Amino acid sequence: MTQDTKSPSIQPPKSTSGRRGFLSVAAAGLAGVMIAPGVRLIEIAQAATADTAPSRGASSKVRWGMLIDSGKCASGCTDCVTACNTENGLSGETRATDSQWIRKIEIKEVRTGKTQSLPMMCQHCAEPPCVDVCPTGASFKRADGIVLVDKHICIGCRYCVMACPYKARSFVHQPLSNQKADVPRGMGTVESCTLCVHKVDKGEMPACVSACSDAGHGAILFGDLNDPNSEISRRLASYPSRQIREDLNLNTGVRYSGI
Amino acid sequence: MRPFAGFSFRSVCRAAAMGLVMATALTASASGAGPQVAAGRVPQPIIESARGDKCVQDPVFMRRNHMELLKHQRDDTVHGGIRGAKYSLNGCIGCHASQTTGSVATASTNFCQSCHVYAAVKIDCFECHSSKPARTAAHSPSPQEKPAQTAVAPQVQGVALQKQVKP
Repeated sequence: MTQDTKSPSIQPPKSTSGRRGFLSVAAAGLAGVMIAPGVRLIEIAQAATADTAPSRGASSKVRWGMLIDSGKCASGCTDCVTACNTENGLSGETRATDSQWIRKIEIKEVRTGKTQSLPMMCQHCAEPPCVDVCPTGASFKRADGIVLVDKHICIGCRYCVMACPYKARSFVHQPLSNQKADVPRGMGTVESCTLCVHKVDKGEMPACVSACSDAGHGAILFGDLNDPNSEISRRLASYPSRQIREDLNLNTGVRYSGI
Repeated sequence: MRPFAGFSFRSVCRAAAMGLVMATALTASASGAGPQVAAGRVPQPIIESARGDKCVQDPVFMRRNHMELLKHQRDDTVHGGIRGAKYSLNGCIGCHASQTTGSVATASTNFCQSCHVYAAVKIDCFECHSSKPARTAAHSPSPQEKPAQTAVAPQVQGVALQKQVKP
């Protein structure tokens, strides 16, 4: 109470009457309680603008995407998968109940026998079916085109898992421990490739992209699809590329060349 | 004249006195300078000391409003991509992780757990979020190791900055 009565604006003129004194002190206390939250809100608003250095946040001017050159993707190499597991704290097991955010698939042209290898993960669609079907709004697309699950809102209904044509989403069946500090994951929620959103927000590349270039393949190119001068946009403009399940007209953020 | 039907004047007075005592106890605990184990009869949560110089807000304010700040920040982070802001959970963990367990919620005396056990309020945060700071966060308090902190996450840099202010 002593704190509240110190406030000069609330303190009444000196009163000698016992009852009046008590009432004024009580009023001061009450007003102090009411004023304090308002003051705090202003402080918060000021602090939010003049903060140290939080990331600037997702901008709709940017659309993050990937171009995967399956010609450069080596058959049998799983460096992107390993890097993803390490970065995001996934177990790396491949049982039916284990989460898998990225996987390597081999495709084969039946007539010629020509095989190709490529990584498959969330395609970060511009028109994501997972977002369309989500009953709670947990599945959403960020301003910069990254499709995510807000696990605070996810109820684990798995409708999005069904809706995704790429089988990109996983459900966490078991209680987890030792999650990565930047990658919260928990039982009862759906998850998928986040395009390493915690790294992208810091201006870094997704883990799979770095791993692929470290392995010397450089099959995955990451960049801004909205910027006509970005490497990815120039490559897409000059070389043929495909979206997987183009017929669905989802405008995927992950494009493939050489398939 | 009876003040309330069914209650004697004496019992009403006693209730009022009890109320006053409780209110005083509450204010005292809220405006106390530093949390400590109470010497008196009222049990108090044991709160481990934090690493940083000072909290992002007045501790009295934080005690009552941290959940609102965190909830607001979580939406900004997940949907807006704003990381390392003033009220980020990572920031809290960076400063308040225990010196012994390295966590805010592993042992019952750890920062978050201590009060939440005391208040019997279950926290769900750490079912998904790590209760330990990111790799390099606040685990290298010696001044010799400070240059190595340049490559860490922004929220961790915030912690490092706070520490540098300390003489």
